[in-house]
Amino acid sequence: METTIEVEDLVVQRGGRTVLHRLTCAIPKGLVTGLLGPSGSGKTTLMRCVVGVQQVKSGTVTVLGRPAGAPALRRRIGYLTQAPSVYADLTVQENARYFASLYGVPRHDADQAVTDVGLGAAAGQLVSTLSGGQRARASLACAILGSPELLVLDEPTVGQDPVLRDDLWQRFHDMARGGTTLLVSSHVMDEAGRCDRLILIREGSIIADDTPKAVRASAGTDDLDHAFLRLVRAANEQITTDDEARAEER
Amino acid sequence: MSFTITMTTAARIMRQLGHDRRTIALMLAVPALLLTLMRYVFDDQPMIFDRIGVIMLGVFPFVVMFLLTSITMLRERTTGTLERLLTTPLHKLDLLLGYGIAFAVAATAQAAVVAGTAFWLLGLDTAGSAWTVCGLAIANAVLGMAMGLFVSAFAQTEFQAVQFMPAFVLPQFLLCGLIAPREQMVGWLQAISDALPMTYAVEALTEVSTHADPTGTMWKDVGIILGSIAVALLLAAATLRRRTA
Repeated sequence: METTIEVEDLVVQRGGRTVLHRLTCAIPKGLVTGLLGPSGSGKTTLMRCVVGVQQVKSGTVTVLGRPAGAPALRRRIGYLTQAPSVYADLTVQENARYFASLYGVPRHDADQAVTDVGLGAAAGQLVSTLSGGQRARASLACAILGSPELLVLDEPTVGQDPVLRDDLWQRFHDMARGGTTLLVSSHVMDEAGRCDRLILIREGSIIADDTPKAVRASAGTDDLDHAFLRLVRAANEQITTDDEARAEER
Repeated sequence: MSFTITMTTAARIMRQLGHDRRTIALMLAVPALLLTLMRYVFDDQPMIFDRIGVIMLGVFPFVVMFLLTSITMLRERTTGTLERLLTTPLHKLDLLLGYGIAFAVAATAQAAVVAGTAFWLLGLDTAGSAWTVCGLAIANAVLGMAMGLFVSAFAQTEFQAVQFMPAFVLPQFLLCGLIAPREQMVGWLQAISDALPMTYAVEALTEVSTHADPTGTMWKDVGIILGSIAVALLLAAATLRRRTA
């Protein structure tokens, strides 16, 4: 299987604390890979490494065959930050058209992206007058325009109603079928089932990296929510046992 | 770097300003109003207004643009748009020059209003041409903008950014020779004064107000102002980091 992202022995420290512990994983091309884990587990940090804005302590991140952050990659990757990063004092359309111009993408594609995220009717509205969910979608429009080869989406469906969430997930799969690789983070388990592959991350280490089906099977439950809880608890026990073993050695 | 990206960035920043009518009104009206106040404070001493008024034509745009850009750039940093921009093909200098162009256009409008008010309505009298004064006012505004872009890197909040205005601007104002002649300052104060860009801005404006034709000193000062703009922009570029902790 062709891989789009390869992460090897990645270590990241933030504020004197190790956030990612020698993380290794590979993200396959043309699939939707879900990055799941409790809040503070390192999902956003890993995504920031992939788009090349995170200072890295050691290890390598290779994206589309080049080191993450390489200038040539910038026009091939779309990135949605967790907090909406659009200009509040511009309209939705002005925001999308500005980001389109940075990628050298025609205005029409910008307008299409605005319609795709369901903001066609609000295109002329200032972002500051939008609801939180709409604002997040304005930011999403600026990330997906121009059909990049890799989309890194940090919690793209937060604050959206169930119908919109369903629309967005269908759109993600349409894009994947078109050859786009998607890395999508979430902490909502009911979305995990919609991913082609899952990476479960806990305190900066990967505790599962497989298809949803295999994750369910290894945890011995059909419910991904339970599967995740079991895997996290098993990992916690593992750590506790290790600690006890270390204490006994002393 | 890309010409298209620089220009669309400038257009984007002007569009943002365009949506904020109140800021435009304040930007255009406040310097002209302050100058009007000054004109009537020195109502019976037109010589003093001629001397100080022309310098204020350079100082007000400097202060206003310093504030506007330091806060706009800080917003770009704190709302995440900067991080987002740095993952796109945009070059750091595209962003800074985009700011430079957008605010130079705003500065030109501001200088036109304040200089027009000063020369036509308030009867400001200079030996040199009003156009030269206008040109210097724009150069000062661009200098204020470039310094604002750089200084915004050291502010984490808008509260701090606002406080940088007195911290960076008032010392320059005190030492530029307007309050007390530079020749009368003690050596170390003069040395500091020599290192501050506003000193040369004020000297250039004084030259225009007292000489009919541009002087060598004025051109030297213009050179120093343009050099300071370039240095401030390069320092600002150095503070824009793609990778952060």
